[in-house]
Amino acid sequence: MALLEIKDLTVKFETNDGIVSAVNGVSFNVSEGDTLAIVGESGSGKSQTAFAAIGLLARNGHATGSVKWDGQEILNLPEAKLNRIRADEIAMIFQDPMTSLNPFLKVSDQMEEVLTLHRGMSRREARAECVRMLDAVRIPDAAARITMYPHEFSGGMRQRIMIAMSLLCRPRLIIADEPTTALDVTVQAQIMDLLKDIREEFNTAMILITHDLGIVAGACERTMVMYGGRIMERGTTEEIFASPTHPYTNGLLDAVPRLDRKEDTLPTIPGEPPDMLKGFIGCPFEPRCPLAEERCKTEPPSLERLSETRVRACHRSPEEVA
Amino acid sequence: MLSYITRRLAIAIPTLLILVVFSYLIMYAAPGGPFDMERTLPPEVMANLNAKYGLDQPLIVQMWNYVYNVVVHFDFGPSFMYKDQTVNDIIAQGFPVTLTYGFWSFVVAVVVGMSLGITAAIYHNSWLDYLAVGISIGAQVLPNFVMAPILVLVFTLWLGWLPGGGWQGGQWEYIIMPVIALSTSFMASIARLTRSSMLEVLNANYIRTARAKGLPMRRVIFRHALKPALLPVVSYLGPAFVAMITGSVVVDMYFSTGGIGVFFVNSALNRDYSVIMGITILTGALTILFNLAVDIIYAWIDPKIRY
Repeated sequence: MALLEIKDLTVKFETNDGIVSAVNGVSFNVSEGDTLAIVGESGSGKSQTAFAAIGLLARNGHATGSVKWDGQEILNLPEAKLNRIRADEIAMIFQDPMTSLNPFLKVSDQMEEVLTLHRGMSRREARAECVRMLDAVRIPDAAARITMYPHEFSGGMRQRIMIAMSLLCRPRLIIADEPTTALDVTVQAQIMDLLKDIREEFNTAMILITHDLGIVAGACERTMVMYGGRIMERGTTEEIFASPTHPYTNGLLDAVPRLDRKEDTLPTIPGEPPDMLKGFIGCPFEPRCPLAEERCKTEPPSLERLSETRVRACHRSPEEVA
Repeated sequence: MLSYITRRLAIAIPTLLILVVFSYLIMYAAPGGPFDMERTLPPEVMANLNAKYGLDQPLIVQMWNYVYNVVVHFDFGPSFMYKDQTVNDIIAQGFPVTLTYGFWSFVVAVVVGMSLGITAAIYHNSWLDYLAVGISIGAQVLPNFVMAPILVLVFTLWLGWLPGGGWQGGQWEYIIMPVIALSTSFMASIARLTRSSMLEVLNANYIRTARAKGLPMRRVIFRHALKPALLPVVSYLGPAFVAMITGSVVVDMYFSTGGIGVFFVNSALNRDYSVIMGITILTGALTILFNLAVDIIYAWIDPKIRY
């Protein structure tokens, strides 16, 4: 049975300018130990999909559909019930470690409360466990540094602290929302290595949300490409990289810098990400798609299943796209 | 930290001196003098009075004498208006009064204002929010010279619960109405400041982290959001506290409390130089002191601030 089962998830935000449909009927599963990358430009709805799943949408957001955790419906559950699952079973790592840790509280205070709350530990037990976890994410001199404040750590160290904090309860799923975006490249690689090691050690499932296809290859078994709040294509990471069947995936892959090609300018996808206020009649990618035809404007492509692992949403056939 | 405080207190001395010099110059430049009445005095009498109070001396000598007496003898001189009272007497009588009702006004304004602001932010865009915002806007726009007579009308004349004025050594029933009249607008400002800064903090990334950790909302608010939300409020509290404990002319006039608020205004109207200077220096010194207190509280709240 799937650990996380998302069906027909739709997220809408009420804004002053009108209703924004951030996520439109997204479905996917994550099973025990699975690793899924959700890839797309900003505004593709990838983060909001994850936030909606554990009830962290902004106040003006509203989610419909179904999210099952371990067979139990958890979408729009009251906060008090969700709080039992958060951090304990589903943990999150956020994009910007500079602002995601509370600058007014010591690292020890922020970490220990997870264990005193979910595990009923005393503060002494919690402290020992937190230091152990900081050691595991390779923070040097953890026992002494744990009483420091977040601003006394570098960006990479802070993301390590975030990761350590998310692992405290040995969650079954970690949702990492752009965990390396705010870090410089060498630190990115270290953090991705660390995530991989930790995941294998604790056998944790992971959803990695990113716009950077470069970090997906080594980190996730499966990849899901989103655009305009919809799934464009999903498959094993190998399939997606080796034989993309969606023009948007093609565009994304072309935009990854490569060493085996001699180029002066990096190819980009022409046009801009969609204005989510407007909504779409047809395929959201149609205005930017090099292969668009008449029906793409009027008919939204439905998800078609190509194989056990593979789905895609495009009117053109896989052969035409490749 | 200690060296910082010492440094700040050392800077306070030249600051106060500059305050004295400027206030003195402004008073000197203002037309009229303490002995200008509707009925003009004979020139000989005027000359005698000016000589007695040293007003015939050159400005620089007057100022020097004044500063000398204040610094060496802690003597703020005689009042020009109230012939048998010195400035020290007036402050010694009036300041405890304004300090008492000012302190309680501060407590009320902070407790009620912050509670209103926090409630409004937590229940953003609900009826509780609108109610809290409504109360604070109402409190802000109702001037205390309107509020004071209404309070007297309701609580003294209609209900007969509270005395309409007086002080009686600061018994509680004499304090209530001055405190309500003085604290209302400060309460409203604190409520609005707290609400907006709390709303901003609740949208911060680290609050989302706290929620993602499964912390109950109570803990998210009081442990993770309160400290950062209070920073902008705290910087307002220093000057507000000084404004409250130095009293209000409206409160002193309507409730005959005998605080220094009414002396301050009267002395300015009467060109009662020494009283103006005395109360200005008192207010200045308190402002410096409580701004320092605010900075110390800042460092205590925000670990990034180290002196």
